[in-house]
Amino acid sequence: MKKEIVELRVNGRTHELAIEPNALLLDVLRRDLGLTGSKRGCDDSSCGACTVQIDGVPMLACTLLAVSCQGAEITTAEGIAEHGSLAAIQKAYGDWGGAQCGFCTPGFMMTVSALLANNADPTHEEIREALSGNLCRCTGYEQMYQAIKAAIRAEKKGMAAK
Amino acid sequence: MSDFSIIGKPVAMVDSAAKATGSGKYTDDLTLPGMLCGKILHSPHPHARIKSIDTSRALALDGVVAVVRGKDAPITYGILPIGHDEHALAVDKVRYVGDNIACVAAVSEGIAERALELIDVEYELLPAWFDPEESMKAEEEFIHAQRPRNIEKEYHHSFGDPDAGFAEADHVAEARYVANEVTHAAMEPHSTLAAFDLDPHTGKLGRLTVWSSTQVPYYLQHKLSLVLELPMSQIRVIKPLVGGGFGGKSEVVPLEIIAAIAARAANAPVKITYTREEVFWAHRGRPRTIVDLKTGVTKEGRITAVRARVVQDGGAYCSYGPVTILYSGALLGALYDIPNVQYDGYRVLTNKPACGAMRGHGTVNVRFAFESQLDEIAAELGIDPAEIRRRNLLTPPCVTVNGLRVLSYGLPECIDKVVERSWWRERRGKMRRARGIGIACSHYVSGAANSIIRSDMPHSTVNIKIDRDGGVIVYTGASEIGQGSDTMTAQMVAEVLGCSLSRVKVIAADTDLTPIDLGSYSSRVTFMAGNAALRAAEAVKNLIAEAAARKMVCAAEDVVMRDDAVTKRLDEAAVPRGSADAVARGRVEGQILRGSVLQKRKEEGPKDRMSFEEAVVAAIDVHGALTGTGAYSPPKEARGAGFKGSGVGPSPAYSYSAQVAEVSVDEETGEVTVHKIWAAHDCGRALNPVAVEGQVIGSVWMGLGQALQEEVVWKDGLIMNSGLLEYRSPSSAESPEIETIIVESIDPEGPFGAKEAGEGSLAATIPAIANAIYNAVGIRLREAPFTPERVLSALRAKNGAKKVEMTGGVDPTKPKRLREHGGSLVHKGKGAIRHPLDPSRVAAHDAGGGE
Repeated sequence: MKKEIVELRVNGRTHELAIEPNALLLDVLRRDLGLTGSKRGCDDSSCGACTVQIDGVPMLACTLLAVSCQGAEITTAEGIAEHGSLAAIQKAYGDWGGAQCGFCTPGFMMTVSALLANNADPTHEEIREALSGNLCRCTGYEQMYQAIKAAIRAEKKGMAAK
Repeated sequence: MSDFSIIGKPVAMVDSAAKATGSGKYTDDLTLPGMLCGKILHSPHPHARIKSIDTSRALALDGVVAVVRGKDAPITYGILPIGHDEHALAVDKVRYVGDNIACVAAVSEGIAERALELIDVEYELLPAWFDPEESMKAEEEFIHAQRPRNIEKEYHHSFGDPDAGFAEADHVAEARYVANEVTHAAMEPHSTLAAFDLDPHTGKLGRLTVWSSTQVPYYLQHKLSLVLELPMSQIRVIKPLVGGGFGGKSEVVPLEIIAAIAARAANAPVKITYTREEVFWAHRGRPRTIVDLKTGVTKEGRITAVRARVVQDGGAYCSYGPVTILYSGALLGALYDIPNVQYDGYRVLTNKPACGAMRGHGTVNVRFAFESQLDEIAAELGIDPAEIRRRNLLTPPCVTVNGLRVLSYGLPECIDKVVERSWWRERRGKMRRARGIGIACSHYVSGAANSIIRSDMPHSTVNIKIDRDGGVIVYTGASEIGQGSDTMTAQMVAEVLGCSLSRVKVIAADTDLTPIDLGSYSSRVTFMAGNAALRAAEAVKNLIAEAAARKMVCAAEDVVMRDDAVTKRLDEAAVPRGSADAVARGRVEGQILRGSVLQKRKEEGPKDRMSFEEAVVAAIDVHGALTGTGAYSPPKEARGAGFKGSGVGPSPAYSYSAQVAEVSVDEETGEVTVHKIWAAHDCGRALNPVAVEGQVIGSVWMGLGQALQEEVVWKDGLIMNSGLLEYRSPSSAESPEIETIIVESIDPEGPFGAKEAGEGSLAATIPAIANAIYNAVGIRLREAPFTPERVLSALRAKNGAKKVEMTGGVDPTKPKRLREHGGSLVHKGKGAIRHPLDPSRVAAHDAGGGE
């Protein structure tokens, strides 16, 4: 298939790329942009390891055509660190054991950060529901809940300090 | 002695930031210049002879660089020395749907996939076997010619006097239990990148470098050497981050060798990454296991004898099969004090993907049977299920009837803790309708005391090098697969050297750089690589202490290293902490204060206190390079009794687990909801409590999946649910609360007293849930998983209605429904004859059909 020139805006930067019209966003991110944080864990949008945010909404890059994302603000796991250091949720995942093998973690980062952006203080049920589209085989999710709650506490503390 | 500075403290994994930011690299994240994409052609037939393979059309496609097939690497291999029965690519036969036939290396994935369609293969179909008990009756066309009756291996062990034991019993229980097949479903699909260097002298292909998602880099190096006929020194295996293994990556998976064969043929780097569907075909999961179990007890509930006949549906290749079937027997009789055990184990070949090692290797399905039966016995005798377990405890230090040495044994405390925390006594039998609690126990090895390839080589070796700026580099062959191996190693070394964790950099699992280690399987890393790290750190510490003692004018034994400072023992209390902290803090923040180190070195006269860097510099001045090495081999006493098959099961130490599950059952739909699980685990010492809890919760979680919903469903040798959505490993939507209770028995031989934490808990979860379901609604489920169909069917049978069998009792020659759990169909042959006790046959008989 003949390649087309498209512009994609990823993590705040614009990239001009020549890609096939049938190229999936996940492949373009991983292959053409070298952003390998988004993972391929399945072939049928069932695992959530490839979750990215399109204009702040968590979506699965493995079933999105890259050309359809022109004009949108694409955010990947590489793009959520704050001021050059770990975002609260990234640090909390480390401290509380939210990541073991870590393969699903970038996807969870995108899902959780979108959740917290829309709802700064979600209930346990809301967290569980939000996470249910991302599979993890290592942790049993329990320590992820602890990490998310710790991140919320940290954010609140940060807000209070300001 | 529990006054540690790093051990026992919750520590973030050393690679957690790399994982949370997406910067950590897994194999599929790697690229090399000129890299090609490899795609594998798989067999569509479960059992067939290959008459011809024609790759010419595929080779002619623009963009295809090479097409390789069996004859390009016809040497057989396998993880066990007694089981070299696999070809990376089929040579004469295919033995399961998904068996590997050829591989295309092309410039893009799309072209490689198109090329696969252009490979012409002619097959001669052979009869296929999908049910182990049927397969054992085969008289010709065996799956492997050297395995008559398709039996991979059978073992018959008798300990004590089982007949006398049953004669002594007041009560004997007997039943058949079936646990269906499950798979690892690790989030990262297998991936391998292989590249040859050009030999600088000849310009021909030289050394091979392989990056692979493996738990066992050194076994991979060994098997590559065997199949590619290259010396091991010409092969470098590097393990990048691994996205979960659970045993699925604990042996050499075909793509790892195929990638290297393709790279050799294409004269270019080749990367192959499995699709999720291919991962299901690669499999190596936990086999469907049929357990015919008989247990005799006195009326007080003391076990007098156990007899088990275990049949495992091993799939088409040997894999870890003999080890699995031996673990099933060895661990059956070693959790409790059982004086007489008879074990008959059969590992059977069938035309399905090979089963291998999976978390809780060999013990899980048999433990489900045993703990369920013990619960049945307790109910029969009117003994509390927790109490009957207490009455059968071992009295360590001891050697079990089958020759396993037990030194530390935290099981009694585990049982006490879960009983106490779950309010077992207060709540059991007093819960509302259709709600109940159940208890079960389990255990697991902390590494196998005998290695797969027998040799006198240490099981783990660790090297340490310390630089003049106080940076500690640890080289270990242990494979981090998400369980925290690197973090554990760093903790061990930092604790012994008394330095901060941030000084320690772990370089792991690169066969060119790191000393040999057997890999991450059988929960061996903490115990074995941990002990090796401990010894290496002690060796270096002695060198530093010796040099520091000269500076401080004291004996080397009186040098204390802690919190980045080196002091004299006597002065420890007198000198306020913090005088050397400035230097230490500087290093922590990434700044090397060479100036201040040099300044301090110039100071004359004896010192009372030195910073870590100063002591290191002093040691390098005295000794030259500051390096140390440590190794670990399990002690002779822990290696088993010496009978045939006794090599599997022995371990230097065992972990113990007790769990209580609380469930409710929807009597209308048959759906089981797990509300909470209390999981107590004896891990010796919790080196990193967050990591231990994570391992225990993860194990319970995986057990929960196997108990309620996970099952690889087969039809005619085809997997019916080869996707994560259909396989249904649990998501956060089905997450009960899991309360972990860490029990520390402090093992005398474990590093800082530690034992395994990653696998032992899994086996208790399934029977705990089964027993809780019995407590809730009075049905005894003897086939896992406990799907709504099976629960509903059992509930109806209990209520006297005609039993509706949803998953069995189908005429195997004319299947009408898709779900045939065991896959009893004989390809192009007559229907399967099932064992008289097989639930599906009993059901078929009840329904007036059957054989």
